Amino acid sequence: MTTAVFEPRPRGALGERSYARASAKPYANPYLSGFALGIVLLAAFVIMGRGLGASGAFASAAAAVSATAAPEAARANDYFARYLSPAGSPTIDWLVIELIGVTIGGFASAFFAGRLRRAVERGPRISDAARLRLAFLGGSVMGVGAVLARGCTSGQALTGGALLSVGSWLFMGAAFAAGYAVAPLVRRAWT
Amino acid sequence: MSAPFFELGAFGEGTSLLFAMLIGIAFGWVLERSGMGSARKLAGQFYLRDLTVFKVMFTAIVTAMLGVFWLGWLGFVDISRIYVPETFILPQLVGGLIFGAGFAIAGLCPGTSCVSAATGRADGVAAVLGMFAGVLTMGALMGSLGGFYSSTPRGAFTLPDFFGASYGVVVFGVVLLALAGCRVGEAAERRFGGRVDR
Repeated sequence: MTTAVFEPRPRGALGERSYARASAKPYANPYLSGFALGIVLLAAFVIMGRGLGASGAFASAAAAVSATAAPEAARANDYFARYLSPAGSPTIDWLVIELIGVTIGGFASAFFAGRLRRAVERGPRISDAARLRLAFLGGSVMGVGAVLARGCTSGQALTGGALLSVGSWLFMGAAFAAGYAVAPLVRRAWT
Repeated sequence: MSAPFFELGAFGEGTSLLFAMLIGIAFGWVLERSGMGSARKLAGQFYLRDLTVFKVMFTAIVTAMLGVFWLGWLGFVDISRIYVPETFILPQLVGGLIFGAGFAIAGLCPGTSCVSAATGRADGVAAVLGMFAGVLTMGALMGSLGGFYSSTPRGAFTLPDFFGASYGVVVFGVVLLALAGCRVGEAAERRFGGRVDR
């Protein structure tokens, strides 16, 4: 990576510094982006008859790892078994390919906008290591919640939300409520 | 009816994976464009400083919801062939609470953590690894959690079923809710300030 040119911190912005190079383009209008995301979701409904997802790909990958490390246990586990072939070997899951696409699309978009940047995003008052620990901890807590809820922000909130599923709206309400309740406890990570 | 194409047999499994890749690329592209690969921006949602998450999510939900509704009304899409995530009241309530706590701690959700990682953010990589650890652990524990996981099933249960209202009325209600939410969001951003612009 080349040396980053830090900009002065915009007044009131989260974090100690701007993570963007001076040449980085600003993010797109949220309503325009939301409309584009809605069209992508609609395309998934029309083309495939299913919506978007993310946590399902993690579950599929976890099943594959489990099938490699402990084949007997993975086959006997109802949760993992559904992601495996009847013989117990990993399958190519639609959501795994989709999530690989997500990383490619995200990378390409950032590349063309000059926003690729090796960084740890955090506020000024915590260390990189502390922020990484929080990200890992938060990720694992999300993993637990996503398994129980059968989906995450993509598979439940966006997909089920647009299809008016009661469970998805329940998930969305619960997730935002808990997010707002817990956020004050980790405020130090950002301000 | 000519859609959903895959469900109605327009193409097979192999081609469906090609569409998985294309749809995924578009999904990731849009997430990054809107700034959803930035944990600072996402975390701003929970301190009312940057409500991009809310605005992007609800605009997307409304767009796709209206699209499905109108394409169904025009007879282009057979709505009954679109998979509606099944409802399990208690696990989704509890799972949602746990998920939301993790979202606030990580500042990223599963899809956006992948975008964050793909654009060079180490905290995105940490969130992806954490997510994987959480899912693997839960999967391994499913033997003892299976009862709760499958409790209170309601099948494909929609808001029109729940309210006993017509599909169109609920769609209209969600549009009004989203419009009101976005107005409140704009007001909150003006009040608390600090949007992350890039």
